[in-house]
This record gives sequence, C-alpha cells and structure tokens, in this order.
Amino acid sequence: MQYIWLIPLLPGLGALVNGLVGIRAFSRRTSGAVACATMIAALGVSLLAFWELLGLPADARAYDVTLASWIPAIPLQTQSGMGSLQVPWGFRLDPLSGLMILVVTGIGTLIHIYSTAYMAAEPRGGVARFFCYLNLFCFFMLVLVLGNNYLVMFVGWEGVGLCSYLLIGYWYQKKSASDAGKKAFITNRIGDWGFILGIFLVFYTFGTLDFRAVQNAAGAMRVESAGIGVLSIICLLLFVGAVGKSAQIPLYVWLPDAMEGPTPVSALIHAATMVTAGVYMVGRNAVLFSHAPTVMLIVAVVGVLTALFAASIGLVQYDIKRVLAYSTVSQLGYMFTAMGVGAFSAGAFHLMTHAFFKALLFLGSGSVIHAMGGEQDMRRMGGLKKYLPVTYATMVIGTLAIAGIPPLSGFFSKDEILFRSFEANKAIWALAVVTAMMTAFYMFRLLSMTFFGAYRGPAWEGAHRVGAHLAADPHDHGHAAAAHGAQDSQAGHGHGHGAWHGPHESPNAMTYPLMALAVGAIVAGFVGIPTALYGGNTIEHFLEPSFTAEEVRLKPDTTTETTTGTTTETATATGTLAATETTTGAAAVTEAESVRSVRLQPDQAPETPEAEESHALLELGLMGFSVLIAAIGIGVAWKLYVTSPEIADQLAERFAGAHRVLSNKYYVDELYDATVISGTMAGGRGLWAVDRNVIDGAVNGTGWVTIISSWFSGLTDRTVVDGLVNLVGRVVEAGSVVFRRLQTGLVQNYALVMLFGIFAFVSIYLFMRAGTL
Amino acid sequence: MITPTHYMLLSAALFIIGVIGVMVRRNIIIIFMSIELILNAVNINLVAFSREWQHAVGQVFAIFVVAVAAAEAAVGLGIILAFYRNKETVNIDEMNLMKW
Repeated sequence: MQYIWLIPLLPGLGALVNGLVGIRAFSRRTSGAVACATMIAALGVSLLAFWELLGLPADARAYDVTLASWIPAIPLQTQSGMGSLQVPWGFRLDPLSGLMILVVTGIGTLIHIYSTAYMAAEPRGGVARFFCYLNLFCFFMLVLVLGNNYLVMFVGWEGVGLCSYLLIGYWYQKKSASDAGKKAFITNRIGDWGFILGIFLVFYTFGTLDFRAVQNAAGAMRVESAGIGVLSIICLLLFVGAVGKSAQIPLYVWLPDAMEGPTPVSALIHAATMVTAGVYMVGRNAVLFSHAPTVMLIVAVVGVLTALFAASIGLVQYDIKRVLAYSTVSQLGYMFTAMGVGAFSAGAFHLMTHAFFKALLFLGSGSVIHAMGGEQDMRRMGGLKKYLPVTYATMVIGTLAIAGIPPLSGFFSKDEILFRSFEANKAIWALAVVTAMMTAFYMFRLLSMTFFGAYRGPAWEGAHRVGAHLAADPHDHGHAAAAHGAQDSQAGHGHGHGAWHGPHESPNAMTYPLMALAVGAIVAGFVGIPTALYGGNTIEHFLEPSFTAEEVRLKPDTTTETTTGTTTETATATGTLAATETTTGAAAVTEAESVRSVRLQPDQAPETPEAEESHALLELGLMGFSVLIAAIGIGVAWKLYVTSPEIADQLAERFAGAHRVLSNKYYVDELYDATVISGTMAGGRGLWAVDRNVIDGAVNGTGWVTIISSWFSGLTDRTVVDGLVNLVGRVVEAGSVVFRRLQTGLVQNYALVMLFGIFAFVSIYLFMRAGTL
Repeated sequence: MITPTHYMLLSAALFIIGVIGVMVRRNIIIIFMSIELILNAVNINLVAFSREWQHAVGQVFAIFVVAVAAAEAAVGLGIILAFYRNKETVNIDEMNLMKW
C-alpha cells in the first residue's frame, strides 16, 4: 500500500494540467476528459488500496506512508519540557480513511462525469477552470482524509475551503455568487481559528501531531467525566473547527448561500464530501472526544439542534437547491448527534449513505434545473414526471432513502443513530425523531412540487402560442430565469442552440451518474444492517479500530501473556480509572476489560443474552416507530402538495407569523448582520479612525517636525555659512577699491613708476656705497 | 684727448634725452625712436670702455644690442601696425586696455 499517496496526487495532476494548459488550450471535451480520467484512476487506486486493506487482519488495518519530510524538527515548548515539532508528509490508510477515499473518489468520479454534460454550455476556458478547481478540490479532500497528522489534515482542510470558495464563486461576475463565496470563506475561517488553536494545544499537550501517537497518549489519560480538563478544551476547539466546516449552529449560514455555485459543486462539495470533513475530523479524534464527555454532550446537543433547526427552515423554502442545502445541514446535524452520543461508526456510516443519496438528490435537482432552463423555484415547476422519467425515478429513490424507508440506505444509518441516541439521551432522541418527520415531509414536498401536479412553469414554443412571447426565453434573457425573480445560479445553462424547447430529459452523461448513485443509495446501507435484523453491522466492526486507541484494542491479547508486574504497570500507566472499579491485584484481563468498557460507551459493555434480546426488541420497536414517523411525514406532504394543495396555502395563512419566520430562516442572517457583522464593521471603522488620527497623525507630525527643523537649518545655512563666504568676498572687493587705481593701463605711467623705482634703488645703492646710509 | 669721461657724458646725455622722450611723447613711433636712443647710449658706453681697456667683449655686446634692437624694432613696428589698423591711431594714451 506504499502507493496510497497516488490517490490524492492523481486529481492534483489533473488540476495542474487543466489549470496550466487547459484554460488556454483545451476544448471542453478535452478538459472534461482529463479531469474524469484522473478521477477514475484515483478511484481505481483507491479500490485497490481498500481491497488490500480488507485483506489484512482487523487489528492490523492501518498503514502509514511517509512521503517526505516537511517540518524536520523545530524545538518548541510543550507541557513536559522542550519538545520537537516534527511533521512529515505522511498518509495513513485505515478503515475510516479507507471509507472516506472511496466516498470521495467514487462520488467524485460520478460528479465529474455528470459535470461534463452539465457544464457543456459554459465558455471553453470556464469549463477548464471548473474542472481544474473540481480536481483540485478532490486533491485537497483526499489529502485531508489521508493525512496521518493534524498538520497535513489542516493543509487539506484549508485547501478544500479554498476550492469551495473558488467554486461557489465560479460565476464570479454575479455579485450574489461572489458574496456567497466570501461568506463561506469567512465563516469557515472562524471555525479554522478553533481548529488551529486545537492543534496548538494538541502539540503542547502531547508533543506530537501524529494521529496514532496522540490517540494512544490520549487513550492512556483519565476520562474527564467531571469538570473541564485539557482534553475537553482540545475537543471543544476542534469541534469549533468542525462546526465551521460542517455548517452547524451557529456557523451554518454559509451553506445555503453556497448554492450559488454550479449544482455539481453543491453535490460534491456542499453535500457529499467537504461538509462532512468536520464529522470525519471528530471521528478521527474519537479517542479524545470519548475522554471528554462534557464536550460530547455539547456535540450531540449542537448536532440535534442544528438538525431540527435546519429541517424546520427547509419546510417552507421554494428554491429546490435551498431545500436540499438545509436538508444537508440537517443531516450533518444527525451525524454530529451520532458522534456526540458516542456512536462514531454510526455517524461515519450515515456520512457514507448521506453522500450517496444527497449527491443523487443534488444531481437530480441539477437535472431538473437543466431541464427547466435555469429555473430553480419549485413553484414554477410541477408535473415534470412525464418529461424527466429517469430523473424522477432516481429522485424518488434518493427521497425514500433520506426519509428512512427500508430497505434503502438512509434507513439503516439513520436508525442506527436514532437507536444509539435513544440509549444515550431520550431528549436528543425525541428531537431527532421530530427532525426525521420533517425530513420526510420536506423531501416529499420537494418531490411533489417538482414532479407531481400540473405544470406551472413557463410555456415554450410549440406548446402554447398564447403567452409564448411572455415565457422568458432563457437564452435571450441572460440565460436565466431572472425575469421570474428566481435565483439564476444556473446562468448560461442550456444547449447552446436557439430557444428553450421545454422540459426535457438530460443527456446520458447526466442520467448515468444518477442511476449509479441511485444504486448506491439503495445498496450502501446493506453494509450496516444491525444485529437486530440479523445483519452483521459489518461497517461498525470494520470502523471500530479507527475510533479506539491502539493499546486498548490490543490489551486483551497481550495482557494474557504478560506477567502481573507489567500488567500493573500498564494499568497505572493507562490511568487510575481502572483502580476505581477493580481492587489491586485483580486479574489482568478483567482490568483491561474494565479499561475498555469505560473507554467505550457504557452500552457496549458485555451483556447477558437476555439483555441483548431486549435490546434487539427495543431496536426493532424504534425502527418501526421511525418508519411510521417517516410515513406520517410523507403522508402529510402528499396530502398538502398533491391531493389538496389549497390546504398548504391555508395553513401558511393561518400560521402566517411562523411561516414568515421560517421563510426568513429565523432571521439569523439579519441577526448576524446586526450583531457580529455590524459590530465588526464598527470596530473596523473605530480602528480606522485610530489609524487616521493617531498613526497618520504621528507620521504627519514627524513630517511637520522635519519640515520645521529643516527650515531652521536652511535659515542657518543661508545666513551664517553663506554670510561668512560672502563676507570674505566683500572684504576682498572693498580692499581692491584702493589698489585697482594703480592700474591705469597707460604705458607711460608704468614706465614712470619703473623709472622712479630704478632711481630709488640706484640712489639707495649709491648712498650705501658712500657710507652715508 | 677724448677720455672715457667724454664718452660717458655723451652717453648720459643721449640716455637722458631718450628717457625724457619715452616719458613725455605720445606718439609711439617717437617713443620707439627714443628707446633706440637709450640703447645707443648704452652702446656708446660699451664701445668706449672696450677701447679703453683693449678688450673686444664690449664690442661684441654692442653688436648684440644692435641685433636685438633690430629684432625689437621689427616686432614693435608690427605691433604698432596692427594697433593702428585697429584703432586708427598711434597715440599711446589710447592704449589703456590693460586696467581694471
């Protein structure tokens, strides 16, 4: 499995080729082919790696590859003296990351293929840019899930955030799209702040950033059942990161707006993969989280509240993609609920099944939008069943899967979560069940409004002559349904030839991925059939090693062979909790078992056959109940939107207040605008004022001081220095007034002076000679 | 008998006449001629003493003086000619450019 680094590298290569060459030179078909080829290759490598992983014994299913050194060794202070920050470019394949790479490459490949048809009407360079970003996203996502330490994961984490920003803002000429991109990026930044602080604290506490080492070290620490310890703080900070990335309360606001991106992007990034990175990250740190029960409760509560909150908003939205966006937020809430109640594998299982059916639903909605020439408002759809048979059939499968109807995939994963939350906390379970009903309701509302009833969309040429000129031709009107006031994120959409000819089934490149995903949405659940239904719950056993520390897993085998001396040593090393349950000198196996049972959730402690049977009965009962709940949701939606649509309007009128609150998404965006955003803006303006007055004032003051001092300096120069020089000149000039009179220029004057001179000298000579002088 | 005293008196008289001529006359030609007088006053002295002491050096000197006076006259007349062409005069008072 030395080759697992190829998995992220292949899409990275595709991004490089498409980005450097493709945007300039490739045709639409070539750039699509390059992107798809790299993804298919990555999928092939992933399948191979996964197959090899399955071939290993369950306890040995972890493989680390160090590709290159990154940070060699930086001495840094840690809790236990000076440590050394060493980070390699290391990848780790274990059950959890194995599952994730299959999801990312599998669904990624399908969505790439789908995109070749969906983006066919885009300008040539735009298509290459799109595929470059999409491949780059897959690269970073695979780095994220394969990284074997926090820092490599963080690289992937930031990279997918960047690609998300780029792809949401793909139609960057549109203000709403670029705003949505910024919103997503900035909101994620808040989460990343928590994540990076968590990483700092991990290093400070453990002196390493390697997942396995941290896991094992944390596994040996005390469970912080009372109060908040360092593990709780780490988990809380990491969870802040997960909240940002996975769109949980209070940072979920970016995800619905992210629907401004092209629909395949929404399917891949904002439903199937990137937004689940937070769930993955919590799962990756399962050992830490299970040592911090307080934080686990917070995770569960945040998760279930988000699930309920987002589902309730989804009830009344009319934009088909927004319904799905809120549904995604809601399902992510489910996953966090699962993580929070300690059902890590159930959360990861739901992550996988959700990836299938939500990608299916998004791609189906993309197909519908494609068919409607860019229309996203469900009020302008209806009756599309006969125009889009394949899309309809696959959407029904996806909807049934998300609603939790057996035996589709969503049923198994959702019921596992519901069952585990019932065991952990009845209140959380109750909220989750209400959410399940809402989910079934809004999904069938979506299905009904789109595919059933009468066609409510614009007329097209050849259908009805009257009003045909009113029916917006999507190409002549900026390719969009802007005339209807709908969100025209699908701008530029169509066939590149003439007018819109009415709803029509999408090309094969779009329907085949839909069918493949539909198959996935049906069968993906079969790997997790619970024991109550005589399944093996294969996936839970498969994933379990990723969620536990190594020593704990290995203990039952090793302790039987070790002497009592070393056993007591390990017992003290793994913490004092064992001592609370067993007296000193107890059998090694019992001790190890008790450590294990405390570490895992209480309900996983060994049970008697009777207890198991009652458990199975309870599970079956809960299953039946949740199916009933889903059926009620479906029935109500059917009644309200298919058989007697007028009731829905009446209800909306009757509960106008509630309807308005829900339609406006609980005014959360407005609340954020009024508090955080305007607060930040006011702070910014305040700082600007400080900048302008104090900082600029200081700079300007310095300037003024210089100007004034230089003026004085100049004055001195002019008066004192120049004055001295001039004075010398003046003195010389004044002196010359007398002497220049001598120079008459008359030859005879000079001759006369010479004569007198000679006369004088001769006279002196003669007198001296005569001795009279 | 003509003694050196006679020669010296003659030469002194010529010299004084020459000096006065240089000092008081305005015409450059006249001044030139007065300078010739001065030179010849010297020549008379040289020749007189050469004869008195029976020594040829004085005569050689006198011939040198004559030769130099000839050269000087040539150069001087050239200057005067050039000056005249410039100023249309040979008045020494007009030659006063070399002053402040």
